[in-house]
Amino acid sequence: MELRKLKRQKEYQWIIPQTGDMIVPGQIFASQQLIEEMDEKVYEQVTNVACLPGLQRFSIAMPDAHWGYGFPIGGVAAFDPQEGGVVSVGGVGFDVNCGVRTLKTGMVWEDIKPHLRSIIDTLFSIVPAGVGSRGEISLSSSQIQEVLTKGAQWVVSRGYGTHEDLDFTEDRGMVSGADPSAVSEVALRRERRQVGTLGSGNHYLEIQRVDEIYNPEVAQKFGLAVDDVVVTIHCGSRALGHQVGTDYLKSLAAASRKYGIPIRERELVCAPINSPEGRQYFSAVNCAINYAFANRQVITHLVRLGFEKVLPKVEIHMLYDIGHNTCKVERHQIDGQSKEVYVHRKGATRAFGASRENIPSAYRGVGQPVIVGGTMGTASYILVGTEYGEQVAFASVCHGAGRRMSRKKAKKTWRGDRLVRELEAKGIYVRGHSFAGLAEEAPGAYKDVSEVIEAIHNAGLASKVARLQPMGCIKG
Amino acid sequence: MGASSGSYSYFEHKADMGIAGTGPTLEEAFSQAARAMFGIMVEVDQVRPQKQVSVECQANDVAELFVEWLNALLAEADIHRMALARFRVDSLSDYHLVGCAWGEPLDTQRHHPKIEVKAATYAMLFVGPEKGQYVARCVVDL
Repeated sequence: MELRKLKRQKEYQWIIPQTGDMIVPGQIFASQQLIEEMDEKVYEQVTNVACLPGLQRFSIAMPDAHWGYGFPIGGVAAFDPQEGGVVSVGGVGFDVNCGVRTLKTGMVWEDIKPHLRSIIDTLFSIVPAGVGSRGEISLSSSQIQEVLTKGAQWVVSRGYGTHEDLDFTEDRGMVSGADPSAVSEVALRRERRQVGTLGSGNHYLEIQRVDEIYNPEVAQKFGLAVDDVVVTIHCGSRALGHQVGTDYLKSLAAASRKYGIPIRERELVCAPINSPEGRQYFSAVNCAINYAFANRQVITHLVRLGFEKVLPKVEIHMLYDIGHNTCKVERHQIDGQSKEVYVHRKGATRAFGASRENIPSAYRGVGQPVIVGGTMGTASYILVGTEYGEQVAFASVCHGAGRRMSRKKAKKTWRGDRLVRELEAKGIYVRGHSFAGLAEEAPGAYKDVSEVIEAIHNAGLASKVARLQPMGCIKG
Repeated sequence: MGASSGSYSYFEHKADMGIAGTGPTLEEAFSQAARAMFGIMVEVDQVRPQKQVSVECQANDVAELFVEWLNALLAEADIHRMALARFRVDSLSDYHLVGCAWGEPLDTQRHHPKIEVKAATYAMLFVGPEKGQYVARCVVDL
């Protein structure tokens, strides 16, 4: 991205000045180097989003931002329904509530190390993953309705987890305003036996070791110490969520025409929040959000079963579960007044500060844990939300490293089987359902996540707490 | 099904993948693009055309119709847990399409599943004549 088009507000905060049809300025959080490496398309997409009606304060991009669908991936936008604000498929993504969940094993690396292969092999056999994978749970049509309206809370009530798991899940694993009638018959038919499945692509299940603590006080509150072993799950709402995106792409395309919304590219299709189409889409999104929470909850149950087979004494507790493809109704201070807005986070993570009521009581006074995933060969990070982040970015941070290289190029550059051997030589045990899929996910195909984290930390959007190194990884 | 007179290809996209179908008719371009999309998920050459599925879709213009066609095929394959490899568009107007596809139940040993396509999108969407042929292309979300 060309620096001359931007105004440097602070060292890690850049402004795209409001011009033409933009109703607010754009704002990008990044180091100069990350800005220079950033796709020109991000500038265009941040600018396009800034033209949408009802947008509040800024159209925002995170340091890992890259070219997305209408919105950049790593994009954040808050809309006020009272000012004609909209909901958009591009602002949520096709994999609704794709997110991450980190589980604490209560074990240190020395104790897990001799059993790593056995744990990974066991989890590989019991957590369904890969193209077209199906799980053990077959939901009847009335049970699907329960999952769509009650999310993780319903699966926990059926024995797949504990109430404590819910305490440490964003929105306690269930958002309200989910009317299953907004979800199409095709989406329901595609759901069949997919709850409790990982999927493919960049989704993973990883065993990680805490190798560095940056903030001992917060780490202690989160229950993390050097050498602790954690498990992180990255997945979303599976085919049901994808179908919600697909169905409403078409429906909102019609709505954009009907309401005469000035969209600059076709992928920005949207509908006013206060319109029948907008309300219906938001309701469908809420259903898919609940489905994804339920999905990660059932996988958590499978992780417990897997550990029980290998190391029966292990007790698994939640650190946190958070989505990064969402639209949420939240209260934010805007121009001196408290407003209820619809915050779209497309490839961005919510990061509430210490005083927010809707974070787990155990973390109040500290802040919400933020989980930022790396690759199968590079670190992931745990951060904590800040009040400054609430003020300048609607309490949002990045969600990952962001790709540096296209999948096509990655496949030409790496071979899945060799990659597995290379990672193994580094002490990382990888099992994948597809070698071609693994090559596309090669660590070298992604940007350096550490640089992205430094930018977030230095910009003050969240603060570093711990670094996690991958030791074992399952890819779909 | 007969001998095919079109071709398909892929183009670069940072996070996902671009697919393109080319042929002497729009129908053929649509069919080829579908094969490109399923080629991301499985080894299409290994898929036997044993079972047929039919799709019918509607949209506001021919470009949206193309995305609809691809998404309808994704849904059919998912619902029937099939790998699809052969495609035919029987009737196509600006707003309406009738077509079918052939494949067989997904066989993880033989079809070498690779990566799931989540959806066909409006990104870099183009449907129309180009260099004396018809082209249909878009980015698919992986």
